[in-house]
Amino acid sequence: MSRLKLEGVTRRFGGLVAVDDVSFEVPAEGVTAVIGPNGAGKTTLFNLISGALPPSAGRILFEGQDITGLPAHKVATAGLVRTFQLVKLFEDLSVLDNVKVGCHLQGRAGLFAALLRPASARREEAAVDARARELLDFAGLSAFADEPASGLPYGRQRMLELARATAAGPRLILLDEPAAGLNTEESAALSRIIRRIADDGTSVLLIEHDMTLVMNTADRVVVVDFGRKIAQGTPAEVRADPAVIAAYLGTGKPSPDPAATQEAAHG
Amino acid sequence: MTISPSITSPERRPFRLVGLLPWLFAAVVVGYAMVVGGYAATVVSFALIYAVFVTGLNLFMGFAAQVSFGQNAFAAIGGYGSAVLTATYGWSPLPAMVFGIAAAVLAAAIVGFPALRLKGHYLAMGTLAIGLITYEITVEWQSVTQGYLGISGIPPFGIGSWEVTSDRGQLVMLSLVVAACAFAAARIRRSRFGRALSAVAGSEEAATALGIDVSRYKLMAFLLSAGFAALAGSLFVHVVGYVSPEVFGLHMVIVTFTMLYVGGIGTVAGPLVGALIVSLLPETFRAFKDYQDLAYGAALILLLIYAPRGLASLFAPRGRS
Repeated sequence: MSRLKLEGVTRRFGGLVAVDDVSFEVPAEGVTAVIGPNGAGKTTLFNLISGALPPSAGRILFEGQDITGLPAHKVATAGLVRTFQLVKLFEDLSVLDNVKVGCHLQGRAGLFAALLRPASARREEAAVDARARELLDFAGLSAFADEPASGLPYGRQRMLELARATAAGPRLILLDEPAAGLNTEESAALSRIIRRIADDGTSVLLIEHDMTLVMNTADRVVVVDFGRKIAQGTPAEVRADPAVIAAYLGTGKPSPDPAATQEAAHG
Repeated sequence: MTISPSITSPERRPFRLVGLLPWLFAAVVVGYAMVVGGYAATVVSFALIYAVFVTGLNLFMGFAAQVSFGQNAFAAIGGYGSAVLTATYGWSPLPAMVFGIAAAVLAAAIVGFPALRLKGHYLAMGTLAIGLITYEITVEWQSVTQGYLGISGIPPFGIGSWEVTSDRGQLVMLSLVVAACAFAAARIRRSRFGRALSAVAGSEEAATALGIDVSRYKLMAFLLSAGFAALAGSLFVHVVGYVSPEVFGLHMVIVTFTMLYVGGIGTVAGPLVGALIVSLLPETFRAFKDYQDLAYGAALILLLIYAPRGLASLFAPRGRS
């Protein structure tokens, strides 16, 4: 059974069809990427999957369970956690506490546990602390644990958002342009971290403009344009697909040069 | 370059000592009032009651970063609940107080469920309406509240045959209540529940994406805040022995907002420090006679210029409290 399955998912905004009858599957293993020119409907697609928006038609199945139209926090509870195109950290919290918030779904302590602090709550808190520190270590942020999150440089904020999402213990993680604004070096480090998350058994679905990252990281690529899925396959297959090249170059003439595809994708 | 997480490490120790200063200040002020008694004791007693209210307000406005101009409504429910049940129906103070708090939390749940769908300015307007409506009810429902006349003859707080009647006894009792409230706020701050509130404050979208039920946590913060407000209202009527609609009017909203911002919104010590400073400042400027309000206003402006995050934030490392 695939981790995630989209069946004819459609979203209309008035007369505009932002996502048009998209179907694809995300297998449990590895990294799947969604690419497409600006305005192709990628972020809308993510908003539909993560529950931020309800679809106008179609079904979304997560591990066989119908999650179509569930509120976003319930989608997360089901094991599907997303990050954002523009980093959304809890800026007044420390770096460590940001990751601890990410552990929210791992815990159960409520108001009374907060006030009375029974042994179970203390154990839970100790476990959360240990896990959060482990993840900071994983993301290379241990040295900044007690700094306010707002003080981190941009590249590290991205890493923190990734660590925080991982803390939720998702079985599928949605990454919305994780490499946006990163330099080549940071992007390569990100690629390694994404690979490791996938190797640890979490499926990864990402939207990305950075073709280097996609080609190096993704096992499968889904290409969307004008809200429709136009191609699907391995990075190499997709790169050679005439429809994809046409979409990126905006002409009907297929170009055999993959470098051209990359250039256009950056633009 | 390595930063030790241990709180006993030398580089953290100064922060912890500095963090005690606001509490030390509060202890000195309360201690002074205890020794001097009389008018000073009355002023500090009121300040401590306000501190309870503002601690609750801070849970909703500081921790969860929502806005409410209507928490005075819940203070009124707590206060009138205590007043009516003890003075009119002869209940003893403790059950009356518990009943008043329960009624306020219930009212907050009924009102908060729809109202918390509003955000920002709209939430502010909606909650302001709650306060104004409650005020009108306390004025108009004369058979129960006796309107503008108010209710007098409310017994002092006590449990069983033990009653708190002296100024100093009241100060001790109120100090204990305030300490318990601050302790609760501190524990909430460093818990899964408190972190969820901070997450709601930081980014509702990100909080939701991590599985936090944002509307549920907002409502919980609102209910807690209402509970603290009702406790403060109830304490007030038992300390003063009298209640009228004006006690919980718009003036209370303005004073408590000032306390919250002067003390330090989002901090644990802020509400107490703010309540004490804002209560004491006008008194210290009494010598200015006609210019008392002017001096008070100028002092507030200076405070907000030089400590924009509040006085308590001066003693806390950033991002902590």
